[in-house]
Amino acid sequence: MHTTEYKNITMNGLWHKNVATVQILGLCPLLAVTGSVVNALGLGLATLAVLVGSNLSVSLARSFVTSAIRLPAFVMIIASLTTCVEFIMQAYTFELYQILGIFIPLIVTNCCILGRAEAFASKNPVMPSVLDGLMMGAGFMIVLFLLGAMREILGHGTLFSNMDLLFGSGAAHMKIKIFEEFPGVLLAALPPGAFLGLGLIIALKNFINRQMELHEIAKKGAPVRGSKRVRTTGAIT
Amino acid sequence: MAEPSPSIVHSINRNALALAVFAVITVGIVALTHVSTRDQIKLAQQAALENSLYQLIPKASHTNNMLKDIAWIKHPLLATDKEKAAYLARVNASPYAAVLQVTAPEGYGGKIQLLVGIYYDGTLAGVRLVPPHNETPGLGDGIELKKSDWMLGFNGKSLNNPHPDRWQVRKDGGEFDQFTGATITPRAVVKAVYNALKYFEQNKDYLFDRAQHTQTQTDSLED
Repeated sequence: MHTTEYKNITMNGLWHKNVATVQILGLCPLLAVTGSVVNALGLGLATLAVLVGSNLSVSLARSFVTSAIRLPAFVMIIASLTTCVEFIMQAYTFELYQILGIFIPLIVTNCCILGRAEAFASKNPVMPSVLDGLMMGAGFMIVLFLLGAMREILGHGTLFSNMDLLFGSGAAHMKIKIFEEFPGVLLAALPPGAFLGLGLIIALKNFINRQMELHEIAKKGAPVRGSKRVRTTGAIT
Repeated sequence: MAEPSPSIVHSINRNALALAVFAVITVGIVALTHVSTRDQIKLAQQAALENSLYQLIPKASHTNNMLKDIAWIKHPLLATDKEKAAYLARVNASPYAAVLQVTAPEGYGGKIQLLVGIYYDGTLAGVRLVPPHNETPGLGDGIELKKSDWMLGFNGKSLNNPHPDRWQVRKDGGEFDQFTGATITPRAVVKAVYNALKYFEQNKDYLFDRAQHTQTQTDSLED
């Protein structure tokens, strides 16, 4: 396995095939829980854990699973991993588990997990599969985080509030008040705010892509054009 | 009918066996996780329950263990759909206060679960929301203590304070504030709290008598 391949997997997960902004998968939890950073990160981490675990198990089991039974087998793996994550969250982040509610078990139905199992892990060795799960999950989590941060700042005027629900009481002081006495933009806190926010993030990503393309073209074109004269006198002012 | 060819039977057998092995392994993993997190989950539920009960009835104020002094109740006034635990606090065996689990069925986003703490004399010790709720963020979620002090407005109120006619939100001619742009949520909560007080007034002796000898196992707040 070459490093370029690992680099490709990483770039695909984080950017070129990003689950949320390019594949547009897993929108239901993405839009529903991004009211604050702590909720977004909680679901992001849970999804990441399931994705890495399922890619690992599917890759390990890929030689025993015939194509006839691969879907039920994958679903079984994903469902059991999700249940495990649910137990663990209930045990260690009980309040967050209560807030996220139904969206934890619904990780099973996040298309990106079955999608990666089917499209990548079932055809690749363990290491690349784990990396793919990690990067796809990270890409998803980053978008969740951005959207959560945007909506929390606009909707409540704070950032990182209640982080102790996820990281223990030591993280309680992480809360930042962005605006004092801020009434909050209601639209950002409501579901339409999530749609608009995601739309803006996708637009920004596409804009950056376009700029990079233009840059590439300019770089290729640059050396050919321009003056070929060379100054021969030493008099430089 | 023609016999299925041996190769099909063979592949069915093999696939069924593989799936069965998968089921056994995955169920095993789930069972293992369940067993290893079970105690921690119990602890977390217990801690959450303790935390919310002692916010209403401080631990130092009574002498029994109210987490274990439970009456199981179900009543139309509480709008609960099944038997729920009422936690009872006593000072040296005489009744001191109770915490009831109450449902406000008419919330804007569906049912709102509440904990209502009532002293034996019928005064409210306080009301708390049991998460999660589905009230509109920025409007109805003022019932969360994190967002506003509205819930604290119930402290010290009772059936006749204010007068029963004034047990309404301000918009309906009552005593309690509504939120800007959200009347339905506070209206539902006020009504549920009033009903809980009514229930307690009618049943308090029955509650404390019945629970006295039934040291039932504690249950979580969750359904």
